[in-house]
Amino acid sequence: MTAEAISESRAQSDFWDGVRLSMPVVVASAPFAVLFGALAVDNGFSVLEAFLMSAMIFGGASQMVGIELFGQHVAPWLVVLSIFAVNFRHVLYSAGIGRRIAHWPVLQQALGYFVLTDPQYAIAEARAESGRPVGFVWYMGLGLPVYVFWVIESALGAVFGKLIPDTHALGIDFLLPIYFLGLVLGFRKRPLWLPVVAASAAASIIAYKTVGSPWHVSIGAVAGVLLAVILPPHHSGVGKRP
Amino acid sequence: MSTTFWIIIAGAVATYLTRVGGHLVISRFENIHPRVEAGLNAVPAAVLTTLVAPAVLGAGPAEWAALIVTALVSLRGGLMAMFLAGTAALILARQFVG
Repeated sequence: MTAEAISESRAQSDFWDGVRLSMPVVVASAPFAVLFGALAVDNGFSVLEAFLMSAMIFGGASQMVGIELFGQHVAPWLVVLSIFAVNFRHVLYSAGIGRRIAHWPVLQQALGYFVLTDPQYAIAEARAESGRPVGFVWYMGLGLPVYVFWVIESALGAVFGKLIPDTHALGIDFLLPIYFLGLVLGFRKRPLWLPVVAASAAASIIAYKTVGSPWHVSIGAVAGVLLAVILPPHHSGVGKRP
Repeated sequence: MSTTFWIIIAGAVATYLTRVGGHLVISRFENIHPRVEAGLNAVPAAVLTTLVAPAVLGAGPAEWAALIVTALVSLRGGLMAMFLAGTAALILARQFVG
């Protein structure tokens, strides 16, 4: 084999290595993509808009938050701000993975950051920690299937969402709170989780009753974050690295 | 262009900024202040809680049952198991209490 053929076959095996690792993520995210599409239509999106949102934002929880607030007729800037707030955790992934992919050409880096989802970060970081290189081809083998299936399944969900006659009996109107509760509980190992959740819950309920929707979202979120900032660092478990 | 389109485009730009921004901004600093880091760590739970709490307050027995089942399953299962169990409980409970 020529050197060129060897490097090409290595690139191919890197790509398929990434694709193999993407499969559990594709399977696990499929129901949420379909659900997003169905709920988007239920909240007043068209099929094209649901498709576009998945293709351009590519962040499940933030898309759910976006359509929920949109359905509540919240001011557009606040919908965007909430999408930003839910996705803000990516800043940390970005800072983390940046060290691993800084040697890529700029355009490849730009593309890499676009598909930087929770599982993408977790799997790429695990590979880097095990001492193997995080190459562009492998990284895209991991990210592309997740992206393509996410977008297609969202559109399918939106098409099917239009066909569901009785959304109440199927519980579709209350699926988002259940989903969000699941996400909240998923963060329960984080330091200060319980005080933050308690502060945000109390503040959002009080704001909901007094100032009214949609302000309860920002007020409740700020209350929880402020509490974490104000409490002494030894409670928040940061600043001391083993 | 409709409002929805602008929301999607602005949301996409905001999301991309979070994905590229950590590398561009935070990598310039030697280390993040512990209080800022604690605040950042609290962001997802704080935001998501505000989407659950008022809904819990305005809901009925069927919805509460679903949330309790979701919380119980979360002690053992992953997000998918949690979500499916909560949904099943909701559909079942609504057959009885509407």
